[in-house]
Amino acid sequence: MSRLVVASIGPASSVQDGGRFGAQRYGLTVSGAMDRLSLAAANTLVGNAPLAAAVEIGPFGATLTARDGAVRVAISGAPRNADIAGRPVAIDTSVTLKDGETLTLGFARGGAFTYLAIEGAIKGEEVFGSLAVNARAGLGSPYPRPLQAGDEFAVDPASGAPELRIELPKPVAGPIRVLLGPQDDEFDDANKALFLDSEWKISATSDRMGYRLDGPAIKHLHGHNIVSDGTVNGSIQVPGNGAPIALMMDRGTSGGYPKIATVITADVGRLAQTSAGTAFRFKQVTMVEAQDEARKFAQLIRTLPDRLRSSDIVELNIEALSDANVAGYAVSAVDSGTWQVAAEP
Amino acid sequence: MAATLPPPRLLPSGDSAVTVEFSRTIDDAANQRVLALDKALAAHPIDGITETVPTYRSLLVHYDPGKVGFDALGEKILPIATRPLPPATKARRWRIPVAYGGEHGIDLEEVAKALNTTPDDIVARHASGDYRVAMIGFTPGWSYLSGLDKSLHMSRRQSPRLFTPAGTISIGGIQAGIQCLAAPSGWHLLGRTPVRTYQLHRNPTFLTEPGDRVTFFAIDHKTFEEQDRAAEAGEIIAEQVDA
Repeated sequence: MSRLVVASIGPASSVQDGGRFGAQRYGLTVSGAMDRLSLAAANTLVGNAPLAAAVEIGPFGATLTARDGAVRVAISGAPRNADIAGRPVAIDTSVTLKDGETLTLGFARGGAFTYLAIEGAIKGEEVFGSLAVNARAGLGSPYPRPLQAGDEFAVDPASGAPELRIELPKPVAGPIRVLLGPQDDEFDDANKALFLDSEWKISATSDRMGYRLDGPAIKHLHGHNIVSDGTVNGSIQVPGNGAPIALMMDRGTSGGYPKIATVITADVGRLAQTSAGTAFRFKQVTMVEAQDEARKFAQLIRTLPDRLRSSDIVELNIEALSDANVAGYAVSAVDSGTWQVAAEP
Repeated sequence: MAATLPPPRLLPSGDSAVTVEFSRTIDDAANQRVLALDKALAAHPIDGITETVPTYRSLLVHYDPGKVGFDALGEKILPIATRPLPPATKARRWRIPVAYGGEHGIDLEEVAKALNTTPDDIVARHASGDYRVAMIGFTPGWSYLSGLDKSLHMSRRQSPRLFTPAGTISIGGIQAGIQCLAAPSGWHLLGRTPVRTYQLHRNPTFLTEPGDRVTFFAIDHKTFEEQDRAAEAGEIIAEQVDA
């Protein structure tokens, strides 16, 4: 067995997988990766099942060191400066750490969560088929809490498979798409329009349980108390103060505030990756559109292996570079080599 | 129960779940319909449904839109949801020990004062109640109970506490509850039970089910300590009796 040792890691980093399903009826939260597509891309790069357990790294940096042998990893999700002993490592590629080598990841740029998948996946004790950590409930494995320096994972030794990159489709831009309901009738037309037409920012007090949204106060038609009912990932509830909260992966399974709208499945990860303070809007879609997008999203995750490429064939992707500029991390593309591909033999 | 039933409302909860709403208020008759639909869907699964979550007044049905669309699923659910209720099956009844007051029920005195009576009287009224597990939610094992004595209905605390201990027995509004894990709460803390409604490595992991009946009885604080240790070791402390 090799080991991957956490030398340092910022807060809000934990082991996550596809989530824990089957016991929401008993109040057991789902948890799982905030951005499923990036989790799946990282896992696909190292040959794991798409929703296998990986390290979800929050907005701050991390350093991880291979011990007792080589470890093959891949990163996907929010771009950040990354290197091994000064050699730049690109996002959306696999890379092998030789025994004793350290992978250094900087702050997230233009996103919040980066996924570090490990060849062979993280091992631990499953509860309801999942290792996903819910720190509040003290649940998850191998560490039922946020990761900290000194934690380590016993992992498969690197297979020596050729390094890969993955060509993800151009990220969807534009508003976060929602379906109204289930309690949109608790709001009048003016307040529904206010919700849909306003600019929102994610508050700095947000976490894996919920994203608080700063913007105009949304007023209820009959007050803010409803009899508690079930919630889903992406439920947007409006508490008494009128500031909506988008429920994320560590949400309670029931809630007692009216839910004005629900983020569509395909966009929950996009919302999760929206940095605190970045302005965005919502857009209402129809059920037909939302379910079509959900099916396409599931299909994309299933077909990620078709998007793998050898990492030593580097094609300069002008479109990707220009997207990077638009997203605000042009500097890293030029200076730090974020968009270069590590040419490991 | 009337022969013809008002159809429930099908409310979209995003693209992968539907809230089947029978009532907008807390109502045992509606809750029985929720549980009946839940049981029927478990007995005769509809392709595409991945998980169901019963609540006081609605059943949240999670599904895979890759297998079934919103309209098609609704058409399958509605006839089942409007069927006459099946004959009541025998409910399980749990007798739950509670160490009332003192450090375990820090709001007992305040509740007594607010309701113009004595702590002993509050305990007697709470412990003589016949409750029903209407739903489980919020955190693992948190059992929401209907059946709280009307004389104990009172508004929640002005400001919720950020921490209330595991095993807290509390009341809030017209509801009573058994809380398993430490959690924030705006309810009034009457006592603590050594019973774990959720314990990860125990069989069963979850003790209570929606539809179960619950009664409480008082134990002294010394008994609480003993039973709490036994419960921590995996023993099931609650007594199960036939309803």
